[in-house]
Amino acid sequence: MHPAPSIIVFTVLSGLGFGLLAFLGLGMPTVFGGVAFGYFTIAYLLAVIGLASSAFHLGNPQRALKAFTQWRSSWLSREACLSVATLVVMGIYGGGLVFFNTKLSTLGLLGSILALATVFATSMIYGQLKTVPRWNSWTTPALFVTLSLAGGALLAGQVLMTLAFLVLAGVLQVIAWTLGDGRFAEAGSTQGTATGLERIGTVRHFESPHTGTNYLLREMVHQVGRKHAQTLRVIALALMVVLPVVLLWLGVTYVTVALAALSHIVGTLASRWLFFAEAEHVVGLYYGKR
Amino acid sequence: MTTLPASTEKKLGLVIDLDTCVGCHACVVSCKGWNTENYGAPLSDQDPYGADPSGTFLNRVHSYEVQPSEGPAQLIHFPKSCLHCDDAPCVTVCPTGASYKRVEDGIVLVNESDCIGCGLCAWACPYGAREMDQAAGVMKKCTLCVDRIYNENLPEEDRQPACVRTCPAGARHFGDLSDPDSEVSQLVAERGGMDLMPEQGTKPVNKYLPPRPKDTWEEVDILAPLLEPVAPEADGLLGWLDRTLGKVGGK
Ligand code: SF4
Ligand code: SF4
Ligand code: SF4
Repeated sequence: MHPAPSIIVFTVLSGLGFGLLAFLGLGMPTVFGGVAFGYFTIAYLLAVIGLASSAFHLGNPQRALKAFTQWRSSWLSREACLSVATLVVMGIYGGGLVFFNTKLSTLGLLGSILALATVFATSMIYGQLKTVPRWNSWTTPALFVTLSLAGGALLAGQVLMTLAFLVLAGVLQVIAWTLGDGRFAEAGSTQGTATGLERIGTVRHFESPHTGTNYLLREMVHQVGRKHAQTLRVIALALMVVLPVVLLWLGVTYVTVALAALSHIVGTLASRWLFFAEAEHVVGLYYGKR
Repeated sequence: MTTLPASTEKKLGLVIDLDTCVGCHACVVSCKGWNTENYGAPLSDQDPYGADPSGTFLNRVHSYEVQPSEGPAQLIHFPKSCLHCDDAPCVTVCPTGASYKRVEDGIVLVNESDCIGCGLCAWACPYGAREMDQAAGVMKKCTLCVDRIYNENLPEEDRQPACVRTCPAGARHFGDLSDPDSEVSQLVAERGGMDLMPEQGTKPVNKYLPPRPKDTWEEVDILAPLLEPVAPEADGLLGWLDRTLGKVGGK
């Protein structure tokens, strides 16, 4: 697909923000007053910048409130509801820590669960789409949630947790790429099934319905950058997982943690860019493209 | 509500005959015309007379070349609009309830005043039947000409989809596919109507009639016996020459 910058930034930053909230809700670290204020500000900024940049993607953002109504069926609606619920619950919990030196543990636990549920809902927006076989796999939610936990732990200064989740994210990332490469063929859609003409013979797209481009081709059949995929995979994995692990292993100082966080964020952006750029929508089959 | 109805009273839809479609794109034009002038936001064009034109269409006609294992390739024109799927993934993903499937006739519609233009429904559709209008920022799709088929202001013969009414080849048929006695159901039964991408599990209502098998060409030539060579073997002097030269040349 066309890797829209707003969506890449949204999914990465909000993932980090909600990951950090998940750790804060569990009291990792347990902080009060000004320090708590600092942590919560960072978490909220990340989460809210993410949500705001996703609104740029909408054709009619002024009606966004309507997106809270269809949680029974729609993962996008669930994501909207869960993210607001998380921000409200964690707002009350954070308020207790910052202004009253009080830790409302149960509320914090609820907030953590909501934060992770939000990230899960985000991942399922993509994971549910049968039309994009590469995304339509358990690896999508697994990787999104693990990356959010790894980034959250890193920002929350939980070194052991960070290392554990980073390594896990690295493993899941490699699995997602490896399985992902075969998903399209596995799903079984071909030009033959798309047109039903396989019963006659081999199908070839002879003439496009339109000489110019259209919404579908721009959004879903965008092929830019796929040829550099292998190189980018190596870079993404190195920055997202390997370099942060090495930095934290060298020693836990402000400098190494800051560098590790920076490297992790850039690497995750690259990995998310690939997630979108490598996605192949079955509609491409009607155009003789993938 | 973007949950799907358990069942619909009717299943209105199209049956598209790939055998007769001549690829003239008349349905594309009439669809764009009707749907620009009637229900909902007009179907906009971007840079229509410039170097890079594009625009919103609810119906498009592809052409495919199909090469059978024997014999010449066939060219098949392939009109494609929303298939009004029974298990429409485009409906359930919609966060606002703008996308819905009607209980009374199964038509899948977008309520444009609720659509936030997130585009997710277009992503969920395997067939590329939804296009976001770049001017209005709302999702457009085939309405099965819901503003024609029930429209009592139109003469009776016009109460069918614009594309069906226009098609000069009679390649598009409209009717209730839940009624086994309807003309469209009969056609589907007779001609082996098929689903597109059945593996996607969308259970499309629209059906496609496959091209009929091509007849074979056997050589029947009533003049052939009369044109047979009269003297297959030369005789006389030429015959002698032929035989002698044949011996000399070893043939
Ligand atoms: S063809 Fe596409 S847009 Fe139409 S009902 Fe099926 S999934 Fe939805
Ligand atoms: S683009 Fe509109 S109709 Fe489609 S899912 Fe989004 S809100 Fe619903
Ligand atoms: S039924 Fe109407 S809206 Fe649908 S393709 Fe035909 S003309 Fe277009």
